[in-house]
Amino acid sequence: MTVDSTGGTTGGGPPAPGSQWYDADAGPLVRPYAMTGGRTRPGPSNVRFDLIALVVVDDDPPGPDEEAVLGPEHRALLSLCRAETQSVAELAADADLPVGVVRVLLGDLLESGFVRVSRPVPPAQLPDERILREVIDGLRAL
Amino acid sequence: MAYERSDSPGADGGDALALKILVAGGFGVGKTTLVGAVSEIRPLRTEERLSRAGELVDDTGGVDRKTTTTVAMDFGRITIRAGLSLYLFGTPGQDRFWFLWDELSQGALGAVVLADTRRLEDCFPAVDYFEHRKIPFVVAVNCFEGARSYGARDVSRALDLDRGTPVVLCDARDRDSGKEVLIRVVEHAGRMHTARLLDTVG
Ligand SMILES: Nc1nc2c(ncn2[C@@H]2O[C@H](COP(=O)(O)OP(=O)(O)OP(=O)(O)O)[C@@H](O)[C@H]2O)c(=O)[nH]1
Ligand SMILES: [Mg+2]
Repeated sequence: MTVDSTGGTTGGGPPAPGSQWYDADAGPLVRPYAMTGGRTRPGPSNVRFDLIALVVVDDDPPGPDEEAVLGPEHRALLSLCRAETQSVAELAADADLPVGVVRVLLGDLLESGFVRVSRPVPPAQLPDERILREVIDGLRAL
Repeated sequence: MAYERSDSPGADGGDALALKILVAGGFGVGKTTLVGAVSEIRPLRTEERLSRAGELVDDTGGVDRKTTTTVAMDFGRITIRAGLSLYLFGTPGQDRFWFLWDELSQGALGAVVLADTRRLEDCFPAVDYFEHRKIPFVVAVNCFEGARSYGARDVSRALDLDRGTPVVLCDARDRDSGKEVLIRVVEHAGRMHTARLLDTVG
């Protein structure tokens, strides 16, 4: 096992079995995309998460074994999501990662069933008058 | 209908609702100040592939290299209640990052265009942008000291705004003033939405 307690790979050995997001053959990669294995787009599902798409942890997540092989950035995002339902933009700001990187990492987490991501409500159906009233009153009360 | 509801019971994200308001305007007009006055502001980094951004300024001959450039924007959240938040995005000022606006404006409830009467022309591009895309916006004149004060109507005329596009005078440093600007955006968005609904019905 080359995964240390923080989930990062240690030493120069081969990646741990199942650590599908770290590829020893990837060659030298320029950060920040090193942590995504050089990918700049999310995986096969190829969704581009909106900045205000909300990320919630899945009610039925994979077990601890699968979580143990997650990289440190994946885990950091996951624990942020566990603390509170957050938008993609907030996750990026909190994790201090560029949005593009967070999108790729979230794509991984989505694909492996750790999180679910909401589609933001399209503007065409958005301003339900009751909601807008609530927003205005909420702003006044700030 | 071409859209899906995301807030139906049991759907992803539950009933949580996120609304987006953009804050645009020329260089140094007070965008960061405004977002900071009304919300807890945080810098947001997006990494853009240089080839993509660079296409706009410089044709590098289609060389697909992995260089990225960092674009920083302002980002703030106002929690209205559990499950209802307003997100503010201060759009990057530089013209070469226009392509980011397209993403930011998608699904936006509305926008604020900040203006400084000493250089009103700086906000022309933002006004054009939102007008063309029919995104509800208000023009907020940030009243810097030393600037001659103009009435809202003068500004509206100078910008050749559509009737109905609100112009408000504000102090971007002042929380209450900033809140008022946002309230005007939400009200205006509501009005535009209602008008569009009536249009489709009638
Ligand atoms: N006197 C006065 N100064 C202001 C006001 N709003 C902003 N400033 C100052 O103007 C300067 C620029 O404000 P910012 O909020 O950084 O402007 P910005 O639009 O975010 O600037 P860029 O991101 O560089 O385009 C800062 O020094 C502010 O303190 C205002 O209403 N009155
Ligand atoms: Mg700024």
